Amino acid sequence: MPKRNGNTASASPETPVRMKGAQMVWEALLREGVRVIFGHPGGAILPTYDALAPYEAAGKIHHVLVRHEQCAAHMADGWARATGEVGVCIATSGPGATNLVTGLATAQMDSVPVVAITGQVPTNLLGTDAFQESDVVGVTAPVCKHNYLVTDVNELPLILKEAFYIAREGRPGAVLIDICKDVQNAEGWFRYDFEIDLPGFEPWPQVDMEAVRKAAELINKAERPLVLSGHGVQLAGVGRELLQMVEKAEIPVVTTLLGTGNIPESHPLSLGMGGMHGEAYANRAVQACDVLIAMGMRFDDRITGRLDSFAKQAKIIHFEVDKAEVGKNVVPDVAVIGDLAETLPALLPLIEERRHQVWLQEIREWKKDTEQADILNYEVDELIPPFVIRQLWHATHNAKNGPPIIVTDVGQHQMWESQYFTHEYLGQLITSGGLGTMGFALPAAIGAQMAHPNRLVWAVVGDGGFQMTLQELAVIKQEGDLPVKIAIINNGFLGMVRQWQQLFYEKRYVGTPVWSPDFVKLAEAYQIPALAVTKPEQVAPALERALNTPGPFLIDFRVKEEVNVYPMVAPGAAVDQLIRRPKPAVMQGYSGVQPSW
Amino acid sequence: MKYTLIAWMRDKPGVLSRVAGMMRRRNFNIDSLQVGHSETPGISRMTFVVDGNDRMVDQVIKQLRKLVDVTRVENISEQPIVAREMALIRVSTNAENRSEIVQLVNIYRGEIVDVALDSMIVQIVGSEERVASLIDLLDNFGIVEMVRTGPVAMARGQMEHKYRRSTAVWRAQANGRDATAVERFRTGGV
Repeated sequence: MPKRNGNTASASPETPVRMKGAQMVWEALLREGVRVIFGHPGGAILPTYDALAPYEAAGKIHHVLVRHEQCAAHMADGWARATGEVGVCIATSGPGATNLVTGLATAQMDSVPVVAITGQVPTNLLGTDAFQESDVVGVTAPVCKHNYLVTDVNELPLILKEAFYIAREGRPGAVLIDICKDVQNAEGWFRYDFEIDLPGFEPWPQVDMEAVRKAAELINKAERPLVLSGHGVQLAGVGRELLQMVEKAEIPVVTTLLGTGNIPESHPLSLGMGGMHGEAYANRAVQACDVLIAMGMRFDDRITGRLDSFAKQAKIIHFEVDKAEVGKNVVPDVAVIGDLAETLPALLPLIEERRHQVWLQEIREWKKDTEQADILNYEVDELIPPFVIRQLWHATHNAKNGPPIIVTDVGQHQMWESQYFTHEYLGQLITSGGLGTMGFALPAAIGAQMAHPNRLVWAVVGDGGFQMTLQELAVIKQEGDLPVKIAIINNGFLGMVRQWQQLFYEKRYVGTPVWSPDFVKLAEAYQIPALAVTKPEQVAPALERALNTPGPFLIDFRVKEEVNVYPMVAPGAAVDQLIRRPKPAVMQGYSGVQPSW
Repeated sequence: MKYTLIAWMRDKPGVLSRVAGMMRRRNFNIDSLQVGHSETPGISRMTFVVDGNDRMVDQVIKQLRKLVDVTRVENISEQPIVAREMALIRVSTNAENRSEIVQLVNIYRGEIVDVALDSMIVQIVGSEERVASLIDLLDNFGIVEMVRTGPVAMARGQMEHKYRRSTAVWRAQANGRDATAVERFRTGGV
């Protein structure tokens, strides 16, 4: 079932044009609407780079030179998440291509459409262990939706079109095209108006209306319904429909990490994130509901905790476009397979208007209990990370160029951000959820900023993750002072690992203390204005200054060490068996920051 | 429990490694795997026997279907099927026991395909049990060398034709010629 600007053959056939394989790449990219690509040149991809010159000179395609190929994939990923379009990265053979692997795996795990183009040694050298040769198709096959080795220039136009089609349609993912150097140099006929015929690719499964009706029936009968919504809601662009549905039937919503912002978190029906570091009341709701409506999510172990005790009391309805995710971890009572953009609007009229005040009151009681223990309710005399995150929300949520896109790295700060920042719209948070790739934030923020030059983009990153990809600061400068704002939550540790060592390995902090350079001086070396913050009262002025400084800005928040992320579900435990926030010793009236709930 | 699955896929280098790689990555246990041509040019047919439970097999099938090169997957475990294996067995012989072995092989409707003074090669085609039982018997005489395939299988009875999907380009390549420009542009699927 072809959908969404994908598989269209034009009415009047295109006249084939004779050109080199290298030029075909750019012609195809133009037709796919690609404006910016991220890459790093090298020997085996040089013909393609050479053919870019006229396109770049004409301002049609802009190439961003990265400092490490992994970040090219992350930038394409950030671009794709910020726009919903396919992100494109390009690298040379051998080490260039193997460096892409982490970035491609990150995109694939989070269902982000990314196309990677790599050079390969000439066909006559394939398999000879030639200089900078590696089996890129073999290496990347397990982390890609599909990949290609191109050994014939006549196949190139179709492979390019197929790659974009496969990356974009259905559940999105990463696709790699490995092009031999002689193919880039060879001439062939180019046209792009094929109709794609892939008998083995079923991106949009037929919607079974009977399943939709069954789901509606279950939802209408439910007394304690709960929606568990994931990234799929954003990918299908059905945030509004979801909100309509939950308001109509008064159903509270728990999200996954990547589902953050599917409905505004300030909405009374939003319970925020569930799972390992989800709020206690969100997880209790999952374990107490009678009908669990899972939408566009895949029951990852971070959201389910121990599977055999996950929502056992509930009937489970699973809305999902990828058939293989249905029944993989949790076997649903009703599976509604198909595009959420089709199934959710079909479901809406079948849902009855309902009120669930008893159920919501119960959840509100649990919430009160959480608020008692929450950090936001008492005075802060030390610089603790949740406070920094909350201040960031205060400073930015009314910003003149709109609420910011937040890009987080992986670790404690990522969880604090999801807990203490109130996300108001779909796709406001960009983060590596599935693969959990440290070093993701800075390059992904650059990608998102390239996509939205006038939007406010904040990279929130730990001191550990920042040092994995900090070389990309140079890209911020080279691209003409991209206005990316960077907040380093610097606690001198690989914080999340340290937290596990504290809780499960008797505080043996092996390999977790991190020595860091002076990030302010480092930023100066990159000619990026920066500030260090050590006290709570400095936070608001520092954020103010960052927002008022045009171009990039870096703030090094030297926060209290050894602060833990709570609540926490220990790995392998049931989601309602959590380690709660320790109750503060002194509860004082707190002024300034209002809790988000 | 053992399940028999049939998968149709593009006949192209690398497809087998994609399938095998996916199985290994997802920790599925393959008992045997046979690949060969199907009735459709450009499409090869794989017979799997996998060991596991219903949920695992459900995942195997769904994950196989996700591979772009795999065009169709069928679970024929519940259906009446014809499943056949083949084995070549070199058994050591001497003047005394040669005729006895020939008799046994005849009972099993096998064939003697090569004879030497000290040994002979027995060919047997049949169900897994029949092959296994002949091997057990011949073992008493001393098996010098053996090669045994896994089963290839087909469902009995009537069959729909719908899984013969291929594309003109795939067919052309399978027939050893380049696809014409017309074929390539009309149907896609390099």
